[in-house]
Amino acid sequence: MAVKRPDDFEIRRQHLKNLTDEELEKRFWQLAEEIVKPLVEIAYTHTSPAVERSVLLRMGFSSIEAKAIVEGVQNLGLLGKGAGNVVYRLAKKKNIPIREAGLLLVEGKAWDEVPALF
Amino acid sequence: MLEKNEKLNIEEILKDLENYRPKRRGWHWREEQGNQVYGEFEYHQASKPLKNSCPLPAAKSFGYIDPQPDCVITTEIASGRFEDDIRRMRMAAWHGADHIMVIRTAGQSHYDGLIEGTPEGVGGVPISRKQVRATRKALDIIEEEVGRPINFHSYVSGVAGPDIAVMFAEEGVNGAHQDPQYNVLYRNINMVRSFVDAAVAKKIMAFADMVQIDGAHNANATAMKGYKVMPELMVQHAINCAYSKMVGMKPQNIALSTVPPTAPPAPCLRIDLPYAVALRQLFKDYKMRAQMNTKYMESCTREATVTHVLNLLISRLTRADIQSTITPDEGRNVPWHYNNIHAINTAKQALIGMDGLLEMVELKKDGYLVDKVRELKERAVLFMEEILEVGGYFKAVEMGFFVDSGMYPERNGDGIARQINGGIGVGTVVERDKDYMAPVCEHFGYNNLPEGIEKACDLIDGCTFCKPEKIVFIDELDENDNVNRRLKETENLRHSTEIKPEVEWCGDGIVATTIFLPVEERVAEFAAMEIGKKMGLEDVVVIHKQVMQPAEGTLVEIKGRVPFTIDVSKLEIPKKPEVLSDEEIRKDIERKPMKVVAATVGEDEHSVGLREVIDIKHGGIEKYGIECLYLGTSCPVEKLVDAAIEFNADAILASTIITHNDVHIKNMKKIHELCIEKGVRDKLIVCAGGTQVTDEIAKSAGMDAGFGRGTKGNDVASFLVKRRREMENYEG
Repeated sequence: MAVKRPDDFEIRRQHLKNLTDEELEKRFWQLAEEIVKPLVEIAYTHTSPAVERSVLLRMGFSSIEAKAIVEGVQNLGLLGKGAGNVVYRLAKKKNIPIREAGLLLVEGKAWDEVPALF
Repeated sequence: MLEKNEKLNIEEILKDLENYRPKRRGWHWREEQGNQVYGEFEYHQASKPLKNSCPLPAAKSFGYIDPQPDCVITTEIASGRFEDDIRRMRMAAWHGADHIMVIRTAGQSHYDGLIEGTPEGVGGVPISRKQVRATRKALDIIEEEVGRPINFHSYVSGVAGPDIAVMFAEEGVNGAHQDPQYNVLYRNINMVRSFVDAAVAKKIMAFADMVQIDGAHNANATAMKGYKVMPELMVQHAINCAYSKMVGMKPQNIALSTVPPTAPPAPCLRIDLPYAVALRQLFKDYKMRAQMNTKYMESCTREATVTHVLNLLISRLTRADIQSTITPDEGRNVPWHYNNIHAINTAKQALIGMDGLLEMVELKKDGYLVDKVRELKERAVLFMEEILEVGGYFKAVEMGFFVDSGMYPERNGDGIARQINGGIGVGTVVERDKDYMAPVCEHFGYNNLPEGIEKACDLIDGCTFCKPEKIVFIDELDENDNVNRRLKETENLRHSTEIKPEVEWCGDGIVATTIFLPVEERVAEFAAMEIGKKMGLEDVVVIHKQVMQPAEGTLVEIKGRVPFTIDVSKLEIPKKPEVLSDEEIRKDIERKPMKVVAATVGEDEHSVGLREVIDIKHGGIEKYGIECLYLGTSCPVEKLVDAAIEFNADAILASTIITHNDVHIKNMKKIHELCIEKGVRDKLIVCAGGTQVTDEIAKSAGMDAGFGRGTKGNDVASFLVKRRREMENYEG
């Protein structure tokens, strides 16, 4: 797919050459925003294992614990719910502290209860 | 607070780490930027002085001032062992670095999670919580010592960007590289994953008030011709800036990593300056992190330094908020301790030297520069237009738009192409469901919090950003590969009187030697290695060679390890002569006036050193009321001795700089003998000074004292007063 072509700058620039510097700069930033907007949109509506680990870290789990929980959540196909959400709902359901609920999952316990949380 | 003659205690830093909390969060710009007075000079682009620092060597002639430029100065320190790096960080801070960047160990980008413990790194440091916390703790001590906050910096990239961002925010890291394009192009991380992760990481960095540096400069280093990718670099900067701003970063916390793309023998200013101007015009709301060129570095440290000074000229002709430095030895090896210092000083020296440059010269407002600036901007705009034409960023990456060696719109078809369904982490991104929820603060993106909840972490009684006591600290995971093990191995060198040379790690034993050999390059290379072996060095490697003339000779630099230690307690170090107080010297001269005759003897035109020792304006001995008769340079020794007799002097000060055929020693002997011959040796104090003179050499040549490099008026005056007292007692 890689394209080879000579420098056709003079031909391509025709529509730009009469812009003032201010207009050119404005165009530069409009284009940049247009390029990144759909990317921000994807980020807004999606998540990833790393994103979910970062949630668990902020909830007070270690990196090792966070990794184990996210892997379990991924295995159940529940990453779209949020790994933090899984721990939160489990804690609420069992009426135990957040950390305790997470550690149960780290130890491989209570996973069978997880699908029913949603 | 640390005493300046006390070493950093690494064991102490590692103690109680699990409970250590950083002192502050967020980036620090230098204070009181603008006009500053240092010594007798006014600066216009300087900042608040340091409490403790090492000034430039030439500061000796300027009252030891150490003016600090206005911009933050960066140094990159990452030898693989953070415990040795933190000692270098202290050296760097003393020379004026306030942005310490730690490169990550090879392969960390692909590590899916946080590394824990303190394993040894390769080409960088494994960035773990323990390593970060220990380094931040050390920097907290060092910044107090030098009197200026130090920004600690590493990388929020790879497949664990959000994890690392959280850890950095928790641990008081002040700046980081974050640019999803870097992951995609150079680390082959799936592009969707990279952008999804980046948004979350950036939001966290924004909360922690970190400064972000992008990764665009890598295109410059990777492209076949660094100076051809200028339009693309502007596009990469724009994508990361716009993306970061859209996810919540303040433009003043977003820095462009920009490098003057070329170097001599190319006419680099003609290429680099328009590019620098264009960039600063387009990105006026953003910060400039001016990096030095690495692409065209070879093993000659002198050549690298000149290129870097030209880079600094660009910084001063345009703008640099953060001036990064590249060590002059980066073309040879992982940077050595003192080369970090050299690089920092290159920046400090050049920036201070060019203080206020734009008050005297200005960039032209028409002609080549302006035309070129416009052309670059248009090329960048065309690049972005085509990205949108082909269907957006992901499509453009698939089509190999980036890091093509052609000057856009020229294309050579050699760009780095990545596929949307390829790369590390492909298929790991999932859509957030309607009931997706994350009960933590500063989380980017859709978050279906229960009704009535405004602060997400209220659901869990606080997240680690609100309650740092919830952070879980992991100490070590590997019982063999850790800092305690390494420290044990070097314990003898750190806690005894035994020492070993080092360039990187405690006890590495490495020394470098510069050799000129009157033979052609290849012969010289092998001869130099043989010389190194005969000098007793182990693992001898040639680190630089340069032809002086194909037949006449070659310069070679080698490095090797010394296999022994030196016990400093067994060294015979002559005692440093005690200096009397100004008051005491003055009193003694008042009690009894003193006269000296002084000259640079022989065929020697050097006058600076002696003038400094004598002249009142340099703090010389005249200031104590000592009467000086200065006979000038190239003075015959007979004339000097005769003048001393005629002037009825108490002392002779002879300066002798030239050492060819030991003429300095011969001159000293001659003065001594002449004084004996003329019957005045007992009445006269006779001293000699010069760059190659030591007290021992002078005494063995018949002098009463010798004064070497760095001698000041009070050293000489103290000696004269003390010696005269001794002679008075003797006579009396």
